Order: sequence, then structure tokens, then C-alpha cells
Amino acid sequence: MQSFVDQLIRDGYFQGTPKELVYAVAMLLAAFAVLSFFVAPLAGITSWLERRVWARMQSRVGPNRVGPQGILQWLADGIKNLLKEDLIPAAADRHLFAFAPYVVFVGFLATFVVIPFGSQLVVADLNIGILYILAVTSLVVVGILMAGWSSNNKWSLLGGMRSAAQIVSYEIPAGLAVLTIIFVSGTMSLQGIIQAQGWAPWDWYLFYNPFTFAVFFLYFTAALAEGNRTPFDIPEAESELVAGYVTEYSGMRFLFFFFAEWGNLYVIGAVATTLFLGGWQIPPITDQPVLKGILQFTVFFVKSYLWVFVAMWVRATLPRVRVDQLMSLCWKYMVPLSFICLLGTAVWMVIWPQGNRPVSMAMFVVGLVILALFLKRVGYQIRYARPTLYFKPHI
Amino acid sequence: MNEIAHTEGEVFHTEDMTLSVGPQHPSTHGVLRFVVRTDGEVIRKAIPDVGYLHRSIEKIGEKVTWHGYVPYTDRADYLAAMFANQGFCMAAEKLGSIEVVRRGEFCRAIACELNRIASHLISVGTFGQDIGAITPFLHALRERETINNLMEEICGARLTYNYIRIGGVGYDITREICDHITEFLDHFELIVDEFNRLLSYNKIFIERLANVAVITKEDALQYNIVGPNLRACGIKWDIRRDIPYSVYPELEFEVPVGTGEKGTLGDSYDRYMVRIREMQESCRILRQCLKMMPQGPAIAKVPRKFKPPAGEFYARVEAPRGDMGFYVISDGSEYPYRVRIRTGSFTAMSLVEKISHGIMMADLIALIASLDVDAPEIDR
Repeated sequence: MQSFVDQLIRDGYFQGTPKELVYAVAMLLAAFAVLSFFVAPLAGITSWLERRVWARMQSRVGPNRVGPQGILQWLADGIKNLLKEDLIPAAADRHLFAFAPYVVFVGFLATFVVIPFGSQLVVADLNIGILYILAVTSLVVVGILMAGWSSNNKWSLLGGMRSAAQIVSYEIPAGLAVLTIIFVSGTMSLQGIIQAQGWAPWDWYLFYNPFTFAVFFLYFTAALAEGNRTPFDIPEAESELVAGYVTEYSGMRFLFFFFAEWGNLYVIGAVATTLFLGGWQIPPITDQPVLKGILQFTVFFVKSYLWVFVAMWVRATLPRVRVDQLMSLCWKYMVPLSFICLLGTAVWMVIWPQGNRPVSMAMFVVGLVILALFLKRVGYQIRYARPTLYFKPHI
Repeated sequence: MNEIAHTEGEVFHTEDMTLSVGPQHPSTHGVLRFVVRTDGEVIRKAIPDVGYLHRSIEKIGEKVTWHGYVPYTDRADYLAAMFANQGFCMAAEKLGSIEVVRRGEFCRAIACELNRIASHLISVGTFGQDIGAITPFLHALRERETINNLMEEICGARLTYNYIRIGGVGYDITREICDHITEFLDHFELIVDEFNRLLSYNKIFIERLANVAVITKEDALQYNIVGPNLRACGIKWDIRRDIPYSVYPELEFEVPVGTGEKGTLGDSYDRYMVRIREMQESCRILRQCLKMMPQGPAIAKVPRKFKPPAGEFYARVEAPRGDMGFYVISDGSEYPYRVRIRTGSFTAMSLVEKISHGIMMADLIALIASLDVDAPEIDR
């Protein structure tokens, strides 16, 4: 991105304009392009997909009216919410209330700066990439807390407090899981982490050793909790807290929170793919740069969307845990387990500094077996699921 | 008292928060309100506030004829309308000394048990939803929809049936409908297993419900808890078995009681499981009824101007929410002198204040869901 602007300046396209201004405008344009043509459709289509997937699992139809199969439902919802009244309660803290959705939104949007969709397709490859993601996603909790507090509503306050406790707690296992990978790869740059892995599954960090295998699931669970997803969606538990921290929000501000939630879902999948599943790595089949870019993007997208789908699936299946159970799960089980995995990986690296390829292969086979067993059980449930029984009333 | 102490020796004052849960809260099952005093997430006290759905059904009973009152009883508990029909009709028949035809009794039992399954499906489905699992709710409602279709075949109505009339039932259950019910039972018995796999044996679900909001035997008896909630405390009491009415003495069925299988006896999980097992028992009853149903008319000859002699009677039926009683006084005119309806949800509400002390906010929702209270039945 920067090299492209440098090139333009060197070619003399912007003579007489200060260099900083050119950079600023280029940055804004790039951000605008990413937001409108990638992030917004991504979050929107994720929301549509989630509703459709849910509907299938719950033997319903789901949104299917706007566009083919209802794929443009998110646009219709967005326009509807834009046209709604932006209501601010009289007793609310006006400025905080109005500002909170943007904090949440920025917290999730800023992660797209470093997510590597291909070897060339990344906005900025920061050398502290993964740390940056952890940092900006923490901004979400600030926004949620602001929303909960400023609404001046007891439900919102309870939701905000729950959310703060939950996200801050689950950042520890998530951070430790990330740290394990940083140990192995020796870099914090997301591109570097992907380049340290190979295209073949046994070269992925998921199968690096048994500890990274375990830590992947810890990371995914913690990330679900950080993203306020079921079974950890207690901050907006609709059956307990009405709508949690979004109770008082309406119109576009309300949408921003959900925009962030669905976008975050993709970020969870993307980070998991980057750290554990080899990111955009593809087999060396082509040297053509455009084709290579497309293939890399596709591979990355499919891998990350797989986890989005898993998150939807989990949400459609599981009940919600209670707030004390949530905390005890984090502090009693996940934090110690991630520490064990971290230490185990450290010891492993002392013994086999270059990794242990046979173990990786064996782990890969174990992974396949687990997947096969899981799919068998799922297949059993699907095969023996009873179809809907319908009697036509004779009237 | 919002002072925060900075110096040593001062007390850190906190204040309880008063929350108004309802009447528009998503999980209060209709319009029901709780005034909840909480210390953060922990509830100090939850005081139920009923009366938002009062439609003076009892008073209406004094203004309409005996036959005309039957549709009103539907609305007493619209999730299980059949039982209110039957309760009132039983009282009227006793007062008017009307013998119910035998086929009518079987039709009543079939309709009631179907209705019980439908009501329990709502109960366990919304239970899942209140705990946060949305899919079981829709699966349960899908099955209930099939029952609604069956009911539509039987009597033309899907919710407020007005099917059971004084002296029998409004419409006969034909052979074709019997076949449909058998088909539904074959289907449904497997669905219960599927439902169990999806929800009942889910680890998170069990963790959320086991040992939560335990009702002891003594409390249950003192507060007059009835129906599945009472049986979940380990007390084997079922009107169908202990004060037999209709054709139930001839049928063979178990009365499922709570066992405390995952936690303490009388916890929320027991109340949930009792309902699941009752659905299975209802299937058993239905199969027997379909097999034993005799030929004949479905309704006895009852005069259009029904005027039972003066007297009073208290009829009890085992509704999905427990012992439903109709205390009816007749003064010999064509209107009832007084109708009093006793329902299970109302007494269950009185217990909430006692057992809600010290549980968490999320547990209160589980408690309300596990008691299966139903706002129209509380207020009538």
C-alpha cells in the first residue's frame, strides 16, 4: 500500500501537494475502500449467513426475500436502521452514549489493518501484528462498558459489568494461547507467523505438538467468550437482561454493536487461521501473481469462514452458561491449562528446537481421526433426525 | 448511602438495586412482574406481582349460561385449554346428574393427553430458550404445530378448543384421525429421544439447572405446589391416579417423580425431567385410549336450556400445570351462581419469594421457567 503511494509520488502525480497530505488522503481512501467494499459486506453477509444457518438448524426458512436467497437482507436491515429514529434517553449521559458504538466499532475495524489475506494482500504488516490485534480488540470492552454505564439503565449496567468481567478474564487464556504461537514462530508479525508454517496440514502450528493442538481449542473458546458469543453471551443474554448493554440503543447505533459482533466473528476465524491453520499458504502450483493472490485469498477465506460457521453452529446448539460458571471456567480451567500448554511448548522447543516432524505427522493423523469421529456422530444425528410431520387439517 | 470509604475503619456502604423484571420482560412467560432486590447479580428477594392478565373469567361465569361458559374456560389457561373445559364440564355434569357417554370420555382423554403434550412441549421449549438454547424451542414448537394440526382435525380450533362440552365432546374422533394420532405417536416418541440428546443431557444445561432453586418436600406441601412441580419434589401425587376421574382408572400409566438424578431432589432439573417423562407417559395413555375406544355417540343428550338443581361441586382435573379445580355453585337457574377456578401456577408463584433468596439473576429465570407458570392461568 505504502509502496504504491511512494511510487505515485515518485512518478510526479502529486506535484505541489505536501507529501503528508497525499499520505493522509491515501490512508483515508484506503480505509474507506476497505470499510465499504470489504468489511461492511463481510459483516453483513455473515449476519445473513448466520440467520440462514440458524434457520436451517431450527427447521425454519430464515430471511429469503431480499435478493437471491435473501443475500441482500443485511442491506435492507442497514437501510431500515439508518432511517430509524436515533433515540437517546433523557437520563442518559448523552456524549458517552453517542460515542460508545464508535469505540466498539473502531475496536473491531482496526484489526483488519493487519489481517493477512494473502502474501501481498495486507494493509500493513506490522511487526507487532498479533499484539496489535489483542490491543485493539480490547477497545471493544471499553465501548461496551461505556454503553452500559451511559444508558443509565439497570439492565444495561448489569450487561456492561458482566461484559467487562468476562472480556478482561478471557483475554488471559487468549493471550497465553497467542503467546504459545509467538514462542514457536519467534515473530509477532502475522505474515511472519504464516510464513513460518507450510501449506501442508502437518506443517501447521495446530499440529506442531500436542500442546499447540490443545491451545487451539482454548484459543477458540476464549475468543468466543471475548466476542460475546453463545455459550458465553451473558452480557446481552436476552432472556435475563432484556438486551444487556444495547437495551437503550436504537437505529444505526444499535446496528453498530451488531456490526461489530458479526465482524468480530470473522476476525476470530481469521486470527485462528493465521495462528494455527497456516493462513493463506497454498501448494506451489503457480507463479502467476494474480492467480496466486486469488488462490491465497480463497484458501484464507475458506479456512477462516469455517470457524465462523463453527461459531454459528455452537450458538445454535448450546445453552448459555451462568456468570459464575463462566468465571470459574476461565480461572479454574482455562488459565491453568493455557499455562501448562505454554510451558509444555517451551520445554518442547528446548528438546526439539526445529520441531519434531514425526510427531507433527502423528498429530495430523490424530486430528483426522478426531474429525472423522466427530463427523460420524454428526452424520448419525442427521441421518436419524425425524422430518417434520404434517397433517393437512381438512378445512 | 453511596459513600465510598477512603479512610480506615469506615464501612463501605453499598445499596441493593431494585429491578423491575417485567411485565414486558422477555422471559416472564406472558405478562408477569417481579420486583427484584439484588446485590449485583445475587438476588436478595424477588416478589412476584401478578394481576396483569386478569380477565375476570370467574365473574363472567355468573353472567353466561352453563353451555355458554365453556368457551370462556378455554381462556383460563390457553396453553392447556382442554383441561379447563373438562374441569368445568365435570362440575356441571355432576350438578346436573348427567352421565357422560363412554366414547365421549375416551375422546376427552385423547384430546387432553394431546393437549398435555403440547403444553409440556411449550414448557420444555421455553425452558431451553430461557437458558439460552434457542434451537430446542423451535424444535419443540414444530412438534406442537403437528399437535395443533391434529387438534384442528379433531375440533377445528388450534388453541382455544371449546371441544369438551357438557355431557361429552363436541365432535367425534374419527378413525382417520385415530390413524393420524398413531402416526404422530410413532414419530413423537423418537422426537423425545432426539430432544433429550439435544438439550436434556447437555452438560451446560445440566450445570445450569442441577441444584438450582431447590424446593423441598415440606415447602412444596406447605405452599400447596401441585402438578409436575410437586412430583419433582418426590411426592407421587397425581389427580388422575389418586382421585380418579374420566377413564383414567382403567388405563395403565406411571406417575413420574423427581429423582434428583443430577443434583438435589426437587431442583430445576428434576422439574424439567418430570415434564419430559410425562410426555412419554401421555404417549402411552394415548395408545391405550386409541385401542380401548368403544363405538357409540360422542355426546349425551343434554337439554339446550341446562338448569342443574341447586348445589355445589368441586371438580378437579390434572392439568399440565397441576391440579386445576372448578368450584361451581348452582342456584337452580340457567346461570352458574359462582365459578371459582383454582390453578397450579398461582400457588407456584407464592413460593418464588421464598426460594429466590440468594440465587442469581440467571437462576431466577430458570426458576420461573422450571415452575412453568403461565400468566393467564395465574390471573384468570
